[in-house]
Amino acid sequence: MLSAKKSGNRKGKPAASAPKSAAGVSASGGLSVDELKAKAKLLRRHIIEMTAEAGSGHPGGSLSSADIVTALYFRVLRHDPSKPHWPDRDRFILSKGHAAPLLYAALAESGYFPVDELLTLRRLGSRMQGHTDRGITPGVEMSSGALGQGLSFGIGVALAARLDGKKHRAYVLMGDGECDEGQVWEAAMAAAHYKLDGITAIIDRNNLQIDGWCCDVMNTEPLPDKWRAFGWHVIEVDGHDIEQLIDAFEQAKSVKGQPTMIIAHTVKGKGVSFMENKAEYHGKPPTAEQAKRALKELE
Amino acid sequence: MAEEISTRKAYGHTLVELADKNRDIVVLDADLSPSTMTDLFAAEYPDRFFDCGIAEQNMMGIAAGLAASGKTVFASTFAVFASGRAYDQVRMSIAQPRLNVKIVATHGGISVGEDGFSHHAIEDLALMCSLPNMTVVVPADANEASQAVRVAAETPGPFYIRLSRPKTPLIYGEVDRDYRFVIGRAVTMRGGADATVIATGIMVEPALRAAETLAKEGFDLRVLNMHTLKPLDEDAVVTAAKETGAILTVEEHLLQGGLGSRVAPVVAKNHPVPMAFMAIEDRFSSSGKPNELLEQHGLTAEGIAGQARQLLSRKG
Repeated sequence: MLSAKKSGNRKGKPAASAPKSAAGVSASGGLSVDELKAKAKLLRRHIIEMTAEAGSGHPGGSLSSADIVTALYFRVLRHDPSKPHWPDRDRFILSKGHAAPLLYAALAESGYFPVDELLTLRRLGSRMQGHTDRGITPGVEMSSGALGQGLSFGIGVALAARLDGKKHRAYVLMGDGECDEGQVWEAAMAAAHYKLDGITAIIDRNNLQIDGWCCDVMNTEPLPDKWRAFGWHVIEVDGHDIEQLIDAFEQAKSVKGQPTMIIAHTVKGKGVSFMENKAEYHGKPPTAEQAKRALKELE
Repeated sequence: MAEEISTRKAYGHTLVELADKNRDIVVLDADLSPSTMTDLFAAEYPDRFFDCGIAEQNMMGIAAGLAASGKTVFASTFAVFASGRAYDQVRMSIAQPRLNVKIVATHGGISVGEDGFSHHAIEDLALMCSLPNMTVVVPADANEASQAVRVAAETPGPFYIRLSRPKTPLIYGEVDRDYRFVIGRAVTMRGGADATVIATGIMVEPALRAAETLAKEGFDLRVLNMHTLKPLDEDAVVTAAKETGAILTVEEHLLQGGLGSRVAPVVAKNHPVPMAFMAIEDRFSSSGKPNELLEQHGLTAEGIAGQARQLLSRKG
C-alpha cells in the first residue's frame, strides 16, 4: 500500500521560511505590503506549476483567491506551522475546496510541509489531494470539495471558541458560485442568529462559475444586500488589493455581535492574461507551453 | 408485562446524566427537541445546546466544526432527515474526517406510525452503513440505548445511533442484570441449537417471544441481538451458522443495505446455511398505527415464528 509519507520527490526539509514563532504571533507576521505582493505572485507560480505538473486541477479560482489567502496566511492569521494543532490558532477553512492548490502553496510557503511536495498534487499516495483532506495534510482544517459546507463548519469552530472563552477566529473562504448552495444560506442565518462575531467569511467574487457568468447561470445579486439582510456586517473590497484586504480583516475583528462578510471583487485566473475571466480555466490546467507563458508573466 | 420506555426517552435522560461530568458535551437539534428529547438537556444546560432550526445540513456542518475544536457533539433529529437530508454533509464533514460527532436519530423505521412514509426512515441504516468510519448502532431497548449513548460519548469518532418513537418493553434486566453494551459484540439473548434469529432494534423483543412459541413446539431457537450493524459481529454470525445451521434476520428496515444485507455475505463467505430475511419489502410505507404497520409487514412475534418454522423445514 502506498503511504503519503513515501510519496513524491520531497527532499524532506521544510520551507526555509519556517519560523520559530512564539504561540500567539502571526507566523510570518512582519511582511511589508510589497513583500506580501511578491508572496502572492509566488503562490500563483506554484498554482501554475502544480496544476501543469498534475495535468488537472483548478487554476482559475485558485488564482482569483491568491491575494486573499496571502493576506491571511502571511499577515492576518495567528498560526504556528510547527504546531498545526495549536488549540488557540485561528482557523482558515477553505470551503471552495477546488482551490486546494492555492491552500497547499500557502501552507508550504508558511512551513507546514516541504515546498517540494507541492508538485505531487493529485498523485496516488500524495498528501496533496485533489480537494482538501483534513486527515492527511498538515494545516488543512476541513475536508472539502462538495460546495456549501465550510460556513457551517466555521460556525461550529466559532461556537466552540466562544464556549471555551477563547479568542481565536474562524476564517471561511467561499466561492461566489458556491452561494447557489442552499446550505450557505442556512449557515448565513445561523451565524447571525447566534451573533457570532468570531467568524469572518470571504466570498471570492470572480463572477464566473463552470457554466459561465454567475448572473447567467444563477443570479445571486444583489449579493451584498442579501448578506446584510441575513444579519451580516458586509465589507466590499478589491480582492487583489492586499492593503484593502488587510484593512477589511482588521475591521472585521472589531465588529461585535454579528459575523462579517468580506465580498472580495476579483478576476478569475488573475495574473495570467490568457486565463483571466475565462470560465474554462475553472477546472482546466495549463499545458506545458501555456505554463511557460504563465510563469513568464508571473516573474 | 415488562415495563415500557422508548429508546428516545432513555437518550434524553442519559444526555443530562452525562453532561455534568463531561463538560465537552454539546447538543444540537433541528427544531425537534421535544420529540428527540434533547429538550431535557436544553433545559438543564442551555449554554451547551444549540437549536439549528429546520436546517439539518447546516446542523451537521456545525457539529463537525465543534467536534474539530474538541467537543463531543450529539446531533439529533428524525432518522429520515439525519441520514437522507444531510447525507452529503455527514459524508464530507463528519465521516471522512472521522470527527467526534454522535448522530442520534430518533423515529427510525415504520413504528413512527401515523405520520406516514415521509417520516419513516426505512433506508437510514443502509445509508449510514455505507459510510466508511461510521459506527452504526440500533439499541434493542431503553437500557441498551442509555448504555450505547454512554459508550458513544467515551469513544472517539462518528456514530449513528438509531432510536425509536414508541414505548417498547425493557428486555434487559430479565436476561442479565449486569449486561454491558460493547460496540460490535452481539448479545446472545437466548441459547439454542436448531436455528438462529438475528434481530436488531425493537425487533429483538418479538424475536424472543417467537422463540418462546417455538420452544413449546419443541424447537430451540438461538436469538442474537445485533445492536451494532457496523462493525458487524462476524464471529457471532459464523458461530451461529456453524452451531445452528440456519439463520433468520429480522429488521425494521428495507432488506437492501440493512441487517440482512450485512449478515448474508458473512454467512455465504464463511459457512453457507439456509437463510431467511424479514424486512420491509422494496416499497415505501404508508400511514397507520405503529402496531398495524409492523403487522402489515409481518414484523411481529407471530410473523417471526412463522418464518422460523419455514426455515426449520428447509433445513432438512
